[in-house]
Amino acid sequence: MSNTVKSPWVIHYDGSSCNGCDIEVLACLTPLYDVERFGIINTGNPKHADIFLVTGSVNEQNKNVVKQIYDQMPEPKVVAAIGICACTGGIFSECYNVLGGVDKVIPVDCYIPGCAARPEAIIDGVVKALGVLEQKRLAMKQGGNTPAAAEEEKEA
Amino acid sequence: MSTTVIMIISAVLYVVIAPFLGGFLGGLDRKISARMQGRVGPSVLQPFYDVGKLLEKESITVNRFQDFYVVCFLIFIIITGALFFAGLDLLLVIFTLTLASMFLVVASYSSNSPYAQVGAERELLQMMAYEPMVLFTAIGFYLVCGSFSVMDIIRYDGLPAVAVMPLIFVGFLYILTIKFRKSPFDLSMSHHAHQELVKGMSVEFSGRTLAAMEVAHWYENVFLLGMVFLFFINGTLLSVIIGVVVCLLTYFLEVLIDNCAARMKWQFALRSSWLVALVLGFVNLMVLYYL
Repeated sequence: MSNTVKSPWVIHYDGSSCNGCDIEVLACLTPLYDVERFGIINTGNPKHADIFLVTGSVNEQNKNVVKQIYDQMPEPKVVAAIGICACTGGIFSECYNVLGGVDKVIPVDCYIPGCAARPEAIIDGVVKALGVLEQKRLAMKQGGNTPAAAEEEKEA
Repeated sequence: MSTTVIMIISAVLYVVIAPFLGGFLGGLDRKISARMQGRVGPSVLQPFYDVGKLLEKESITVNRFQDFYVVCFLIFIIITGALFFAGLDLLLVIFTLTLASMFLVVASYSSNSPYAQVGAERELLQMMAYEPMVLFTAIGFYLVCGSFSVMDIIRYDGLPAVAVMPLIFVGFLYILTIKFRKSPFDLSMSHHAHQELVKGMSVEFSGRTLAAMEVAHWYENVFLLGMVFLFFINGTLLSVIIGVVVCLLTYFLEVLIDNCAARMKWQFALRSSWLVALVLGFVNLMVLYYL
């Protein structure tokens, strides 16, 4: 295992979640689940983070915030959408002000469904995301474009 | 072997071994903290994984100068420790340490981020808070051993310094909490304060630069424990053993305080550490001077 996989620092952003998933994300950090045993630290600073955890759907109000945070994170980075709202918009997907899941705004690497997503599911999803993180690191090391950078080029 | 050779060897040993020792101590800190909170906690080698990861991350810099300042911070911290372990002048060591800290403050000011600025201002206040006690410590060593030279202090064959300046030792322990960046004085840069300060001074640093800051912190911690060691050494083997044990106990005490205390405001940090410096440091100096 590389150092990148052993020391994933996360940043958590609440899009328009009902706080159900937020509580579960924070529950992962408590002594019961203790994700710090995997080296995971909740940073609150995009420049220090490797994994972006988004809860809740994206709307017109917060889409720029989500993009901002994503752009400020240094490569390699992965995004995990936590809860069904972040995955697809959930029961709010039909609302006039909701754009849908997080993948409408930034590339998402890992979808963790649930309402609310259970801490076990979140930890499992983050571990899956670590696999993607490792692939991105290797791609970066070989000098190739990271998936995110390739996507930006495609958009341009 | 001549003294010069020993000096160079011990300085080189510090430069090579200190990061490993400092990182390991950092890992122990996180493990012990986790156990105190009823958690399993990360591996003891976790700080090395963190720095290894940071070295592989993309570098994002806000301007051309901030990396330069951080590298200066790292270099001057290493010089501080090297001068100390080479057994040179204690005052020179303290001034180099201050210079290194100034580079860190300038680095975080240069980024223009509001959180970094708040962190930098708090760091300046912390420096104001601990500096008098550090100087009193150096003067105390001079009054006891008759020299500012670390080599002379180590070779001094009377009672260990702590026996005649216990109050200064307690005062030094008090400001050590500030230097180790532990609660209640982790005002300027703390993972725990990410809601309030977004890790303060290091907010605009990422990748290699952040790794350099982390490694500098390891060097600094080993140097500070070296200062604690100086209180107990009097040239005998027994004093060396006692010194190392006390260093480890001191580190444990700092971890314990970190886990027991809430973060205080800067006013408390400044007032209390000046009070400690005045009551413990100054009184002890007067006793040493007149007795």
